[in-house]
Formats: sequence, C-alpha cells, structure tokens
Amino acid sequence: MLHTEIAIIGGGPAGMCAAIAAANQGARVTLFDRGKRLGGQLVKQTHRFFGSEKEYAGIRGIDIAKILYEEIEKNKLIDVKLDTTVLAIYSDGVISYEEGKSYKRMTSEKTIIAAGAAEKMLLFENNDLPGVYGAGAVQTLMNEHGIVPGNNVLMIGAGNIGLIVSYQLMQAGVKVAAIIDAAPKVGGYLVHASKVRRLGVPILTSHTIKTALGNETVEGAVICEVDDKFNPIPNTDQTIDVDIICLAVGLSPQGELLRQTGCEVKYVPSLGGFVPLRDENLQTTTNGVYVAGDSAEVEEASSAMVEGTIAGLSAAEALGYGTNIVAIKEGFKNDLDVLRSGAVGEKIKSGLKLLSC
Amino acid sequence: MRIKKHPVLSSIVEKTEVEFIFEGKMLKGYEGEPIAAALHENGVRVLRHDHRPRGFFCAIGNCSSCLMEVNGEPNVRVCVEELRDGMVINMQEGKGKLKGGEE
Amino acid sequence: MFNKTGLASNDMVEALLPSKERREKGAYAIFECFQEIPCNPCSTVCKLKAVKDFENINNIPEINYDKCTGCAMCVSICPGLSCFVIDETYSDSEVMIKMPYEFLPLPEINSNVKALDREGKAIGEAKVLKVQDNKTLDHTNIVTISVPKEIFLDVRNIGLEEK
Repeated sequence: MLHTEIAIIGGGPAGMCAAIAAANQGARVTLFDRGKRLGGQLVKQTHRFFGSEKEYAGIRGIDIAKILYEEIEKNKLIDVKLDTTVLAIYSDGVISYEEGKSYKRMTSEKTIIAAGAAEKMLLFENNDLPGVYGAGAVQTLMNEHGIVPGNNVLMIGAGNIGLIVSYQLMQAGVKVAAIIDAAPKVGGYLVHASKVRRLGVPILTSHTIKTALGNETVEGAVICEVDDKFNPIPNTDQTIDVDIICLAVGLSPQGELLRQTGCEVKYVPSLGGFVPLRDENLQTTTNGVYVAGDSAEVEEASSAMVEGTIAGLSAAEALGYGTNIVAIKEGFKNDLDVLRSGAVGEKIKSGLKLLSC
Repeated sequence: MRIKKHPVLSSIVEKTEVEFIFEGKMLKGYEGEPIAAALHENGVRVLRHDHRPRGFFCAIGNCSSCLMEVNGEPNVRVCVEELRDGMVINMQEGKGKLKGGEE
Repeated sequence: MFNKTGLASNDMVEALLPSKERREKGAYAIFECFQEIPCNPCSTVCKLKAVKDFENINNIPEINYDKCTGCAMCVSICPGLSCFVIDETYSDSEVMIKMPYEFLPLPEINSNVKALDREGKAIGEAKVLKVQDNKTLDHTNIVTISVPKEIFLDVRNIGLEEK
C-alpha cells in the first residue's frame, strides 16, 4: 500500500499552508484535492484580504492562491494529488481515495483534515426553485467561469460573504436589488457594507424572505420585516422582481472525514455547527489527526492559513522534524490570537473555549 | 451571459468552443468549463426534475442538487463535470436510470 | 444606525476631519473605517508613517496629519475601500476628492459624471480630473474628481451614464 508521512486532505488556504509548513520542516507530504487545481475557494475571491502582511493583507484572494501554489510547486517534498477525492478514512487509518477514475489506498503517519465548509440552506417556500443559489456558487460561476448567473439578484444575508458577493455581482454587471438579513444589524464588516451602499444597494436588516416566486425558475421574491424575535410583522410584505436569490446564510464545516476517524465533535452554533475538539496544536481527540481551516470552525481565510501552518508544523514536529518548532509555532499561535482579538473575533474565541481537549 | 470585461479579472484565457447536445438540441460552450456553466450561458437553469424542477446550488460539487444524465450516465454533478465536445446531456428524472439497470 | 444600514452619519464623518488649519493647508486622507477589524495595510503601506502604529491589528487607524500629505497610497491598498483623499484648497468653489474605483468602464478625463453619496444617490455633478490605473494599483484604480464645496463631505462615488 502507498504510504506518506503527512496526508493533508483539502488544498484550500488551510491545507496549502499546512503542506508548506510541514514540508519546510523536512516532512514528506501528500496533499489531496478533489478539484482540478489547488486554492480551494481562494480562486474566486477577487477582493483584497484583511489581516496583516503575514496573512497577505491587501492582496486579492486569487493572487494569494497563486503565491501559495508557486511555493508548493517548487517544494519537492510535497506530492500534490489533484482530481482526487478522499472517500473514507478507516479505523486503522487507511485513507481510500479516487484519483481520476481509479480507486486507491494510502496510509499515513499523520493526517491533517482541511476539507472546508459547505453553504447552508434556509427554510422558505419554494427554496428549491432553480435560481435559488448559494452566494459562493454564484461567485464560482462569475469569478472562476466568467458567467453571470442572471440579471437581478436578491441577496439573503448581510455577513461578509453576502456583502462581498453583492459587490462582485455589481462588478460583473449584475444588478443587486437588495441585501436582506433577519438580524437587526449588519453581520459582516461595515466597510464592506459601506462599499455596496455607495453603489446604491439597500441593506434591509430585520427582513427575511417568505417565498420565492416562479414556476420553473425564480421570477421574484416576497420579503417582509421581522420583529426582534424574528417573527414576520404582518402587512410588511413586499414583492421584488428578481431572477436570482442568493443565500449567504452561513457555512457548515465539512466534518464527514473527521468523524470517520472517530474524533469527538461538539455542536457549536457560533462556529458553524458540528466541530471537532482539538488541543492547542490543532490535534483532534484521534491521535495523529489534525484539523485546520473551515473544517475546524467557520472563520476567515486569513485565520485558516495560520491554522494550516500551525497544524503542519505540529504534525512535522510530532514526526521528529525541525528544530526550534516550538518557538516558530508560538509566533503563529500569537498571530491567530491577534487576528481574533477584536470584537469580531470574540464570537469565535468564546466558541473555541468549548472545544479544548 | 459571459462576462466580457471585468475590472479585476483581466486575464482572458483562450478557450475552445465545442458543441454538445442538451435534450436533443445542439448548444455551444467552452471545452473544459463545467457543464452547468455552459448550460447557464445558454439560459438553461432547470437541470433535473425530482417531482419539482431543480437547479444547481453550491457549484463546487458538495450538494448534489445538479445531478444530470451525461452520455447516458446518471447522477453526474454537472457543476464540476467538465464539458467535452459532443457530449449528450439530458435532464434527469428522479434518481435517474443506470444503463442496463432495472427500470 | 450605522451597523443597521452600513451608512455613516455626518457626525461620524465630520469627526474624522483634521483641524481647520490642516484642512486649509492642502490634501489629506480620511479613513471611513469605524469598526475594529483585524486589518492594517493602511499603516504598513504608508511610507511617511502617517498612520500611527497599531498596538493591536484590530485598532481603528489613526492618522497623524502633520505627516500625511494626501499621497493616496492608502486609497488603493485598503481592502475595505474606505480611504479617500480630500483637498479643500483645490479652488474657491470646489474640492478635490480621490477615491478608489473598481468598475469598468473607467470615466474619461475632463468628463462630467454624477456625484454619488454614500447611498449611491446622485447629489450633483463631478468633474473627472485624473484616472490612475497603473499596474501597482492592481485594479483598485484611483479616480480624482472635483465637486462643489457644499457636497464634498457626502460624495463618495461616481456614476457614469449607462450606454
């Protein structure tokens, strides 16, 4: 059977940084991604990132993907398996995967799971109509494949994804009729909110969608105001003519592979759903299995990159590689604390307190 | 509709146009782009029926909302399956039918 | 109100302005960045060290107006597109504004465009003085406009006639 020192599942920001960090310490790494190229969801992020220089602040996500890719490409210790879906991790640690069209198996000393997250659904009438799309899906269609989804969009969710994708829709020439959110406040960064407001897009907080209109595909939406308990307020219905309804109502960590390893998970709504317990090195309760990025908790890509680095360093360290890793790791742990030290990071930090092991 | 000019994405990669058949109709798309993208460009948003019309949702191969029949094979996630010249693509009804499988 | 609508109030913007003396001296930057978020490129990009060092990356940036020359380096690097440069000495009746612009087509120099406020509403006319779209700006281009003095605190976008 094939064997690797560190198997990393998921080639997004967390997985790429994990691979670079571990290989730079001398470990042999196999990096799996089901896509045709590395980068995960960075490849559609056309906006500049926040954070500090260490997390490539001020650089667009698409360009960060290129920077990380180039580093991986020149590192001979990293074996990249694209178009490869990891199907299962068995109780004896065997990883089974489909590479192209062939089924293979591999064992590893350490495994880092950085499988990302999936977009959440929202309950409303006709939410299965074609034209009700995830905001990330629309971003993929536009920014990766160069096709606009429609002419006029209703965005549900005023978090960062809803605000950013609305802005990017406008950049691609698509009208955004409104951004609505059931919460009384904008959830995303207010600078993003101001950006879309300047373009004339209204943000309707304390509003929700009641129904999508249309027979075969979306032709409109009925929205209404909600009170502070999220109950619809009578006689506030409003019909909007749109052909796309975008859902930006949060992400769920992809935990299937993690749970196959038998690690303990907990339901923490502020982190996106079921997330694994982990120690300060991001090792789960399954010995040798680490987690990083949105699979660990739904957060920004900047923190996913730092987490990936910490997980990669920890796995390499556990295999006996590197010198002075403890000090290097402390630096990154400190970076992560700093990223989470503001008001926005409070939610993440309080969630993480429930997960230490 | 294809984006012709974009304020950030400046690099336009040369793409090869190919023909494919959707529900008996000849349509055009770019080789290697996801089938769902090519269908959107042709104004097709209903990809299958499961009692009700269904389209895609996640576009990255997570959710299985976009399962179609491609070259006779059912349950293909067309949001990630790449378009090739001459593909025959049909809307899927329900769970779809395997070639030579039970009715 | 701001966190409900994304719309900064006049008071919030006025509080950002430097002293009267400094405003009379020439161009200066303002950062319409009112929320603590982990972000510091405005500080690291500034060659004049006019943005005070961040103790914590979540700090709200503070400008030292003795050092700021209104060079506009911050305008294109800010991920939140919240940095603008204002020159109230441009003429007796007009104020010059530099703003980030990430849309196509770019406006034509010397053309008149709609002056839009923070809600995207047209509140007057602006004249396009300069358009910078060089490579280092990395697609966050900088458009320089002049607007009547009365509306300079409100104008934060431009609108082109649709063709």
